[in-house]
Amino acid sequence: MASCKYDWPAAGQRDAIGKSTDRIDGPAKVSGRAKYTYDINRPGMLFGKMLTCPHAHAKIKSIDVSPALKHPGVKAALVIQDVGSEIQWAGDEIAAVAAVDEATAEDAVRLIRVEYDVLPHLVREENLSKDGDRAKPAGEQKVGDPDKAFADPEAVISEGFYGIPVITHCCLETHGNVVEWRGADSILTHSSTQNVSGIPSQLGAALRAKKINVQDSNIETICQYIGGGFGSKFSIDRWGVVAAELSKQAGGKPVKLMLDRDEDLEVAGARPSYFGHVKVAASKDGTLTAWSSETWGTGGPGPSGVPPVPYILTNIPNIYKKHTSVSTNIGPARAWRAPNHPQACLMTLAALDDLAAKLAMDAMEFLQKNIHLAPSYLVNTYQQELSKAAELSEWSKYWHPRGDKTPGHLKRGLGVSLHTWGGRGHAGSCNVIVRPDGSVTVQSGTQDLGTGTRTVIAVVAASTFGLPVDAIQVEIGDSRYPFDGASGGSTTVGAASAWTRRGSVDALNELFAAVAPSLGVQANQLEARDGRIQVQGNPSKSLSWKDACAKLGAKTIHTVGKNPGPCNLGSVGVGGVQVADVTVDTETGKVKINRLVAVQDCGLIIDKLTAESQVYGGLIMGVCYSLFEEKVMDQTIGRMLNANMEFYKLAGIGDIGGELIVHMMTGPGYDERGVIGLGEPPVISPGAAISNAVANAIGVRVSQLPLTPRRVLAALAKGGIA
Amino acid sequence: MKIRVKINGVTREDDVEPRLLLVHYLRELAGLTGTHIGCETSICGACTVLMNGAAVKSCTVLAVQADGSEITTIEGLSGRNGQLHPLQQGFWEEHGLQCGYCTPGMILAAHQLLSRNPHPSRAEIRKALEGNLCRCTGYQHIVKAVEWAAEKVRAQAEHA
Ligand code: FES
Ligand code: FES
Repeated sequence: MASCKYDWPAAGQRDAIGKSTDRIDGPAKVSGRAKYTYDINRPGMLFGKMLTCPHAHAKIKSIDVSPALKHPGVKAALVIQDVGSEIQWAGDEIAAVAAVDEATAEDAVRLIRVEYDVLPHLVREENLSKDGDRAKPAGEQKVGDPDKAFADPEAVISEGFYGIPVITHCCLETHGNVVEWRGADSILTHSSTQNVSGIPSQLGAALRAKKINVQDSNIETICQYIGGGFGSKFSIDRWGVVAAELSKQAGGKPVKLMLDRDEDLEVAGARPSYFGHVKVAASKDGTLTAWSSETWGTGGPGPSGVPPVPYILTNIPNIYKKHTSVSTNIGPARAWRAPNHPQACLMTLAALDDLAAKLAMDAMEFLQKNIHLAPSYLVNTYQQELSKAAELSEWSKYWHPRGDKTPGHLKRGLGVSLHTWGGRGHAGSCNVIVRPDGSVTVQSGTQDLGTGTRTVIAVVAASTFGLPVDAIQVEIGDSRYPFDGASGGSTTVGAASAWTRRGSVDALNELFAAVAPSLGVQANQLEARDGRIQVQGNPSKSLSWKDACAKLGAKTIHTVGKNPGPCNLGSVGVGGVQVADVTVDTETGKVKINRLVAVQDCGLIIDKLTAESQVYGGLIMGVCYSLFEEKVMDQTIGRMLNANMEFYKLAGIGDIGGELIVHMMTGPGYDERGVIGLGEPPVISPGAAISNAVANAIGVRVSQLPLTPRRVLAALAKGGIA
Repeated sequence: MKIRVKINGVTREDDVEPRLLLVHYLRELAGLTGTHIGCETSICGACTVLMNGAAVKSCTVLAVQADGSEITTIEGLSGRNGQLHPLQQGFWEEHGLQCGYCTPGMILAAHQLLSRNPHPSRAEIRKALEGNLCRCTGYQHIVKAVEWAAEKVRAQAEHA
């Protein structure tokens, strides 16, 4: 290591890097000082509310917002979609008002009059034969000769139907903004966003398209804290533009427009569904020979996305696959943590698990036997991770052939799954500022979703400067700071660690140059250690950090760190393995998680604590979509039936009785790869692992997630151990 | 309607609409936005505050129902000099949060538990927090945070 000037320090010299550092945003969050967008209250602020369409598919015949405008306390009202507009989902925004308080705004919205021509809709897609011309081909591919492989009389073949419905993001803080005009040509937004640097140009373009003239450079976006995004908060969204228009109409007064929970669940984020018939074949010794899948899904009115199957084992020699995208009136899809992967993972790993059962093979052995079909750079990682997961889950003790033969109604089972993700750092930048009094600031227009971005920046800067983590002041969440990419696709830690490192190394070199004469050496002979600038390996020839910075005189060091940039600080492509251990009550159909084991690599870890937290968080989201989450659409009324948190259920603290066991793969073989993102990977496998564990417990596959009591009992009625 | 409420030790008098929810009263009139809004329907617990020492979901209480009561919000939990309450410290030290949106509600629900049961088992902690949802953390660290705080509170009580 350290052959390139920005390289990560060698093991043993990494200071805080790789250790457990408490998140630096902790005190603000536990004391209520952290202000989320929902909490922003500006002087003279108005409250925005929207009228939304009650129909899944309709044309607007007439609309009149004037009664709302006349209502006392209303300061602005506007039509969002005018007469003639075709509405494609229930909950779509039609008109909006801004009033002195929330209740008045709600009253006023009810006064708006709209007439619709109601058109036919489709909101359920799981039965492809009923989807008619809403179903469009979305890709077909053939590799090798699958027909021949399936026709081989020696082949063991398993066929199954698997499905995963549309789910929502359900961030605890709903979507929304507080927008105000600062004079005639300048805007400030407080936005609940994963994309602080990107919002100004989105809003600027949207307003200019409406002939409202404002330059991107005159729009500032702030988001210090955000209550979850998970891929659903990259855009200013129509309601953000509406807030800006309402504010303008009201003379520039700040307008707070946060979605209500029901609006949020109905329109602000759906993960595409994925259903399919899969056929897989192996030779008698368990070597996979062929894959065939006919799949479909919906991403609302737009395309559904195409999950990459067969997942991981992409080198199966004979493959046929066909995907169909069904356009529906359910509201648009949004990126959901690891787009397409959880769906592909379930479809593949459940089908392979059924094949292993048919071969009477141990599922773990089956994966080990076929793991050479994974991309070559991951094979080694998976082999090690499968062994580690087997050890941590006590696989050989608890796994049994399909169907727990223990008497009684409680059946225990184990299931395994694996996953991958890219996670290379996005393009972005920061300022690093070292002042003569020794204070250090890192500024970037990035954001901390609760993932630990702030802490990662502080750890990297502190470790570079040889300072304690709390000596670094981190300023983010404001678009006036240097541009950084959106936080999506596990790209933030790779970017933030790299630009902080590059900017900090450059700043340190400037400091060395300023200090070298007084230590009587060349700048390149200096190092930063334990709060001192010293001659390499000679602490007796040194200055304290403060004294060293004082040598700057009136000068302040200001460098800009960028990503991408010189030296390889990050990489791409991680592997992970998870094992679920469940107990199923065959009388009630209830699935209980005993343990979830997650073995994960992510290259070089910056903060072990926030890294592990990401994995815990991924696991719980995985449990949520495996057992509870489904956007339940009603074909008759065309609306979501469970647009509230009572019936759109998330796992509570009591729903995981057992333990989450997280093991990070670190050390030689992993650290050298540099930093790789971790937000997405751990959320991918739980669906397949839990589904496989349930099949192992009760002896029959529950074909669709979520594994609700009703579905479990229905599967048991058809077979398995009851 | 006129109401008189003692919030974090300070008495306020306000004239409020009968339909005003306590959560909005706290956030908008009293300016205490640490009490968050998640579900609006009494499910998520993000809006949990202490009303006369008992944890309530403030989106389910009308401001007028709080007339004459004492309310503690997350902002009122720290000591005078900003010293964090053991629960606040525990959630930080033990990493019981990610985005932090659920955290104030979690802490106040846990506060009620510790005031009633200074020695909670893990199962009792889980039971006590069943009304609070978190989308981020996986809960495991939240349990640890409450255990950490329970121990600290006991230690403080022994010293006192
Ligand atoms: S906002 Fe009150 S319980 Fe969710
Ligand atoms: S930390 Fe995000 S909801 Fe709990």
